[in-house]
Amino acid sequence: MFRNLLSAAIFLLSVASIPAVARAAVPFELKPMKIDLPDSDKMFPDGPGADAINNNCLACHSAGMVLNQPALSKQAWTAEVHKMINNYRAPIAPEDVDAIVDYLIALKGAK
Amino acid sequence: MAENRALHHMVTRRQLLGAAGVGALALSAPSWAQTTIDLPLPGGPDARQITTAFPQKGPMILQRTRPPLLETPFEVFDKGLFTPNDQFYVRWHWAVIPTDIDPNKFSLNVHGHVNQSLSLSLNDILHGLPNVQLAAVNQCSGNSRGFFLPRVPGGQWANGAMGNALWTGVRLKDVLDKAGVKPGAMQVRFRGLEEPVVADAPHFMKSLDIDHARDGEVMIAYAMNGEQLPLVNGFPLRLVVPGWYATYWVKMLNDIEVLNQPDTNYWTKVAYTIPDTPHANIKPGETNVNMIPINRIVPRSFVTNMASGQQVKSGARTTLRGIAFGGDSGVARVDYSVDRGQSWREAQLGKDEGKYGFRQWQTQLTLSSPGKYSLLTRCTNSKGVAQPDIPNWNPAGFMRNVVEAVDVTAV
Repeated sequence: MFRNLLSAAIFLLSVASIPAVARAAVPFELKPMKIDLPDSDKMFPDGPGADAINNNCLACHSAGMVLNQPALSKQAWTAEVHKMINNYRAPIAPEDVDAIVDYLIALKGAK
Repeated sequence: MAENRALHHMVTRRQLLGAAGVGALALSAPSWAQTTIDLPLPGGPDARQITTAFPQKGPMILQRTRPPLLETPFEVFDKGLFTPNDQFYVRWHWAVIPTDIDPNKFSLNVHGHVNQSLSLSLNDILHGLPNVQLAAVNQCSGNSRGFFLPRVPGGQWANGAMGNALWTGVRLKDVLDKAGVKPGAMQVRFRGLEEPVVADAPHFMKSLDIDHARDGEVMIAYAMNGEQLPLVNGFPLRLVVPGWYATYWVKMLNDIEVLNQPDTNYWTKVAYTIPDTPHANIKPGETNVNMIPINRIVPRSFVTNMASGQQVKSGARTTLRGIAFGGDSGVARVDYSVDRGQSWREAQLGKDEGKYGFRQWQTQLTLSSPGKYSLLTRCTNSKGVAQPDIPNWNPAGFMRNVVEAVDVTAV
């Protein structure tokens, strides 16, 4: 009994001495996890260049990411497409780059 | 305005569910998928789907399906100090995310500039090292990006790319000590199981300076809010970097490399950088700015029980409450103003659950005469840093922490 009280007191003291990081009490076991993540089959709206953007961009991310973007300048959309190519290695055929930029400006260009 | 519409919409939806009764709940559930919310983003687009399609997740604001970007509906923050796991926001960089993880086969590798490389099982981590617990806010660097003006590209979050959890795990320091860091170590680099779709794209990795990594607070967490992490929040292990932006909180952490030179990988050196200026603030179009890796969280506060556009009874006592966090230090005070910042009064702070976590605050106020009011809240942290009166701007939309306003009408 006394020993329990003592260890409890030591436990409390050790908690008090490290205010930000407290000791966790409960033992813990991790259970296996298996889930299915939903996907999106949404395509970009029809228009000149829609094929180019559908074929090149949807492998890495769903269309919603782009459709949720605000209106941006031509400069900003051009920079975004080149960021995807140069930084994230999007395998976009050179002849499709202009078509994708033009599509984005038509869809979400700043007026 | 739109925020209020959204809140109203959610409430209406809940009332409908309530009215339909328990028996109808199962039938109603799929229709959540058709429910939308309007985020008050200037210039829009403001409509987002509320999704329940993600396993282990309740209703979330769908910012992107693949890789997932899921925002916490703001009314969740009014319900308590800790953000429930099933509504904790989700943010992934790459689309190849393991969805079948057997804890018995998982290992965490520690290597690089160490005396002895380690391959730790989850059993080694859960039962072979001292367990620690800590409340801490996990906030996306780009939380609230959708409010930047001029608007910037990126995840168009409102204010829900943040959450507060009680994290349980082991100290990173203890793991590094077990491997034995060699003299001359400079940084520690972390990577997880997510993979880019394109093979030669940069694998997501983040680094901390060696002293930070060994400060005894940085943690490898195996539980949040007393339960194992939802898969989309980083099961089975996630780095917890208290007081620092979530980009450092590497999910599905399985590799720790001690470096004897500065990390030059894309995600540390190029991505997630901010202007080295006060509030990471620059003028749109400004060039030749020195950029540094984003780091410590700055203080913020929010009203959680009222939204812009709401009506308040004039001459009556009204409760105003919300949450605040100090960022890299505790909340010293939360002040509020009902006169557009001409005078400030101090709100009452709730229980302190740890300096890195949310702190609830509350006050009673009376709006004496009918009219429009802007209710402002301002957190000052224990280092004396207060939220600024004017919004910051930078091209990545990082570190927003302006004093928030809720515009109400007293009637």
